[in-house]
Amino acid sequence: MAHEAVIGLECHIQLRTRGKMFCGCPAEFGAPPDTNVCPVCLGLPGALPRANRAAVEAALRLGLALGCAIREESVFARKHYFYPDSPKNYQITQYDRPLCAGGSLPVGEAGGERRYDLERLHLEEDTGKSSHPVRAGDRAFSLVDFNRAGVPLLELVTQPVFREPAECAAFLAALRRLVRWLGVSDGDMEKGQLRCDANVSLRPAGAAALGVKTELKNLNSIRGVERGLAAEIARQRLLLEGGGVVGQATLSYDVEHDRLAVMRSKEDAHDYRYFPEPDLPVLRVVGAVLEAARAGLPELPWTRAARLVGRYGLSAHDASVLCEQRELADYYEACAAVADERLAANWVMTEVLRVLHERAGSIGEFAARVPAVRLGGLVARVAAKEIPGPLAKQVFGWMLDEEGGVDELLARHGVRAMGAATDLRPLVLEVLGEHAAAVAQVLAGSSRTLDFLVGQVMKKSRGQAAPQVVRELLETEFARRAAGESPPRAPRGGP
Amino acid sequence: MSARELWRLPARALATAVRAGECTALEAVSAGWDGPAALWERDVHAIAHSDPGARAAGAGAAPSGPLAGVPVVVKDNLCTHDHPTTCCSRMLDGYQPPYDATVVQRLREAGGVVSGKGNMDEFAMGSSTEFSCYGPTRNPYDLARVPGGSSGGPAAAVAYGLAPLALGSDTGGSVRQPAAFCGVVGLKPTYGRLSRYGLVAFASSLDQVGIFGRHAGDVALLYALLAGPDPLDATSRASLPPDVSGWDGGVEGLRFGWPANLWREGVEAEVVAGLEEAAAWLERAGARRVPFDFLPGEYAVATYYLVATAEASSNLARFDGVRYGHRDPAGHDLHALYTRSRSAGFGAEVQRRILLGTYALSAGYYEEVYLTAQRARARIRREYEAAFSRCDLLLMPAAPTLPFRLGEKLDDPLAMYLSDIFTLGANLAGIPGLSAPVTPAAGGLPRAVQLLGPDDGEALLLRAARALEVRGERARLDRSHEVEFAWPTKR
Repeated sequence: MAHEAVIGLECHIQLRTRGKMFCGCPAEFGAPPDTNVCPVCLGLPGALPRANRAAVEAALRLGLALGCAIREESVFARKHYFYPDSPKNYQITQYDRPLCAGGSLPVGEAGGERRYDLERLHLEEDTGKSSHPVRAGDRAFSLVDFNRAGVPLLELVTQPVFREPAECAAFLAALRRLVRWLGVSDGDMEKGQLRCDANVSLRPAGAAALGVKTELKNLNSIRGVERGLAAEIARQRLLLEGGGVVGQATLSYDVEHDRLAVMRSKEDAHDYRYFPEPDLPVLRVVGAVLEAARAGLPELPWTRAARLVGRYGLSAHDASVLCEQRELADYYEACAAVADERLAANWVMTEVLRVLHERAGSIGEFAARVPAVRLGGLVARVAAKEIPGPLAKQVFGWMLDEEGGVDELLARHGVRAMGAATDLRPLVLEVLGEHAAAVAQVLAGSSRTLDFLVGQVMKKSRGQAAPQVVRELLETEFARRAAGESPPRAPRGGP
Repeated sequence: MSARELWRLPARALATAVRAGECTALEAVSAGWDGPAALWERDVHAIAHSDPGARAAGAGAAPSGPLAGVPVVVKDNLCTHDHPTTCCSRMLDGYQPPYDATVVQRLREAGGVVSGKGNMDEFAMGSSTEFSCYGPTRNPYDLARVPGGSSGGPAAAVAYGLAPLALGSDTGGSVRQPAAFCGVVGLKPTYGRLSRYGLVAFASSLDQVGIFGRHAGDVALLYALLAGPDPLDATSRASLPPDVSGWDGGVEGLRFGWPANLWREGVEAEVVAGLEEAAAWLERAGARRVPFDFLPGEYAVATYYLVATAEASSNLARFDGVRYGHRDPAGHDLHALYTRSRSAGFGAEVQRRILLGTYALSAGYYEEVYLTAQRARARIRREYEAAFSRCDLLLMPAAPTLPFRLGEKLDDPLAMYLSDIFTLGANLAGIPGLSAPVTPAAGGLPRAVQLLGPDDGEALLLRAARALEVRGERARLDRSHEVEFAWPTKR
């Protein structure tokens, strides 16, 4: 019997707030161990939590962007489990009354998005970070760094809406783009700023009821999510098709070795003993705060991609590429404001993205060097055929390291754009004069020889000519000769 | 002024003397420790941690302010950066916090000095101060009897004269009951009026810092200095606290509820006689008695012990031997470290309540047990609100008995729990309460009554306490008039 997989994701998003969720300690990454701590995040006796307004506002941004219902009165709860990196041996989270419920995330290119439904989005605190085992002589022990303890997290839970691991990977990429777009998180999975657990079960294809699920924990890369799920689905399929049953369990996946390991089975399932956090009042989101959050929301990536298609005539694919980052879309639109929209899109997608990739820089750093209007100015000259493409690419290269406008750069490098036919005509005639044999071949119908002649003109122009203009000039000239017109006067020094 | 006199002074008079230069802050702080009162400490054992160096440093740091040089005993569950804070538990033996509780910080800013850390039932769980890892505190009026609890140390210290004021905590009566047993004034403010930041939590939704004093005026002063919003405590009330400066304003026209059904049975005759005496005094001072039946006690004890133990089981989870506190050296793996450290670090009563609370929060029982208790709690609060639509204050017993003997209820947890039957309702409802002494019972044991008020009713409570303090002779007295405290006699 064929089985289909049903997958639901639980994503943890570390918020990029200045302070921690329940105290004022810096939430930054990378400080020396146990330096960003205080009585509250260390769980010292007597210390009390207080909710960080900035974290609540970030949660509202994401919740509104996802179209969640925002609960006016949500409740923090304690989730109990003993572990050394949990300073209070309970985590403050939200349980039966989370801040946001429902909503969905669109995934895919403009116009062809699929919306994946969500169950909830809630605020909670991160734990400290354990490293173990550390060896000292013949003893092994664990170390805990509490800098991360209390850093604000958003937990996003999807409905069991995925069938394929690849869908989950695409969802995570879209979620990562969104949290960055909104500025709520850096979303770097390697730094643990975006983490993902997955619940997966198999059922006979077409069945309505869900099978027994297992939970895959700590999938810390998009590739890990995709491969881990594939491995677990294969494992469950093998079990079921062999007539066995899947046992409820929590597993971890080692992406390096493509190995699944059982962390705990159903027998050791935790009873978290949730109850409302008595140290925190009900979290009230008053209308004004919600309205301010709504008003402060940027145009969302999928809306923007659709607009790029509609307004600039871009393809859905190009619009999606440009909307991969909000700053990139901003850059593109600033560029398109002064240049041909489609050509600008090509330039941003090929040249700008190539530079970003090669130099591993951010679009912000790039824009500081080559502001959008500067690139737009160049693209406009290309569109007007004043500067040929190859030369424009050279100019673009100079722009990265030098100041100055297009003309300044050309002058500084001693080149003159030869976009206009009047500039190139003498060169064409010169080349025709030098290659009489080739001219004869072209007149006899060899198009390959025409390419050769184009190349020769380009060479003479030291790359400053636009090949299509050269080709057009050559074709015009041959057409005239074929029609029996007398050749124009050769430049001085010619035959 | 000699130490012989200083230790007897009310806090306000002592601060005045310090500010006027009649004595130094160090003399004021040391008066209780060096003077005749010091003879008591060895027998009573009110103090768990005492540090003359820290006292001297505190006195040096604060020679001015409304509490200039006034020593204040602080219960051992309020964090002090200069004294250990152990909750009188082996679990925290030797632990010294890196910070001051908000109330301690405000106390110091007003010129007050921590005199020592008051003995208590371990983690404030108990009604007799017998469950302290440092040994019990005894009642200064009869050393064979308990001082009440869990704040028995602070109450006893104020009673015998170590300090004119003390801070305690009241989760189900832990300030009002020991105040009653020791013959001092004990105020449990409205929930959220005194910051809980730095109070080691027992049951967060019930805990409230409370104040002990020999005089209503001293208690009013300390309340005014400590009360108010604290950004570090999200459950503190944001509004300005009630103005208690009119504590000496008399009780003319005040209506006090008289729910006599509460003491028809199960309450000692001496206690009932004390209630009659207090009612008569208040009436003589111009107040009016409003008799009606009031029955919030039916399910209050059960509700209280469900809510309190559930929250305690969670609050005490952090004591695990990993980061601070008692760590069992034989805990060779994580599970053994937890279980051995907690089994050895917590006393029997604390373990009993953690187990009860864990059960109440367990899957399958949470709805039935914890949520039912929360609904009962909401109903209890409504019943108190209804009562306060008929009267301004409620007059009722602080405890059903006079101070009992050490060991009398040690083996009977239920009997011990029932000694809070009249006090825990105020914690469930979040309302303020106060116990104030009346004339001692035959044999000299302290006897007291409890007054309960609506939210923010502290001013009325203190006025009534003041009226009882002046024995109802006059409704209003000149502020300079101090009634001599009824001191215990050494025997």
